[in-house]
Amino acid sequence: MHSDPAEIKKSVRTYLMIGAALYVGTVITVAVNQVHLAVPFAITVALVIATVKGSMVASVFMHLSHEKKWIYGSLVLTALFFVVLIFVPLLTLNDTFGKAIEGKPASHAEHMQHTEH
Amino acid sequence: MEIPYIVEPRADTGLANGKLGIWLFLASEVMLFGALFSTYIILRSGAQEWPHGELNVWLGMINTFILIGSSVTMVMAWASLKLNDFGKHRLYLIATFLLAGVFLVNKYFEYASHFAKGEGPWHNTFLAIYFTMTGLHALHIIGGMIVMGYFIGPGAKLWKKTPEQFTNRIEYTGLYWHFVDLVWIFLFPILYLL
Repeated sequence: MHSDPAEIKKSVRTYLMIGAALYVGTVITVAVNQVHLAVPFAITVALVIATVKGSMVASVFMHLSHEKKWIYGSLVLTALFFVVLIFVPLLTLNDTFGKAIEGKPASHAEHMQHTEH
Repeated sequence: MEIPYIVEPRADTGLANGKLGIWLFLASEVMLFGALFSTYIILRSGAQEWPHGELNVWLGMINTFILIGSSVTMVMAWASLKLNDFGKHRLYLIATFLLAGVFLVNKYFEYASHFAKGEGPWHNTFLAIYFTMTGLHALHIIGGMIVMGYFIGPGAKLWKKTPEQFTNRIEYTGLYWHFVDLVWIFLFPILYLL
């Protein structure tokens, strides 16, 4: 992080430019939404713009573009766990609870009926 | 007893303890909101249909503008301290506080219009996740306002005693505030637009 007043003044200009870019990004997101694109494309565009905006906030406002390695280290770990968390829903694809199992009787009652005969 | 490394960085990390502390806290916050984003994906992908046009996009966009503006004023509040201009810092911090307040007022009107129609979190899955995510986010806004309020009021005395420590505290407040802005940058499109 800079401490030299000249560097700080230069950073202030960057902050204002990033602020303006974030406003433009928001307007583009809403404008694209008004066009009513196909859902998968609309989701992609909106999330790409949000990711770019988020990266600008993190790298410039939160000074991540020039931080110490301990902070990067903790964030790499966080990103790793975050990705795992986001993909947790995929595990539900293998869920069998509540689904009929092939080759087995549908219910206990039906099973009992079969054994009685 | 004096607490070490609140101003000068530790030799091993190269950071003041507070800086590493706030980043570890933010890492836990990423996991908290990450769990909710993951929940959103489960609910949305499993839903037969997902409502569109339930929320006021323009109000959401105005709130996005407000939070981005507050992030700019917050970073300016810190930069002003680095430039030794306490007067400007104070103005920027008060502006950030007020913008946060306007965000909450807008949110109140949004919530009130839903409740007036009897559409609370119980109404459908979309509103359940909407109220949960935006409600938690609003709590973070309130938390940020409490911290900012402290530094506008009694906490400002520290500037006279140890300006470097006060500047660090404002930096940590700013990191938290930018994170709250960052979360909203993702909440706005997924809840209001998609």
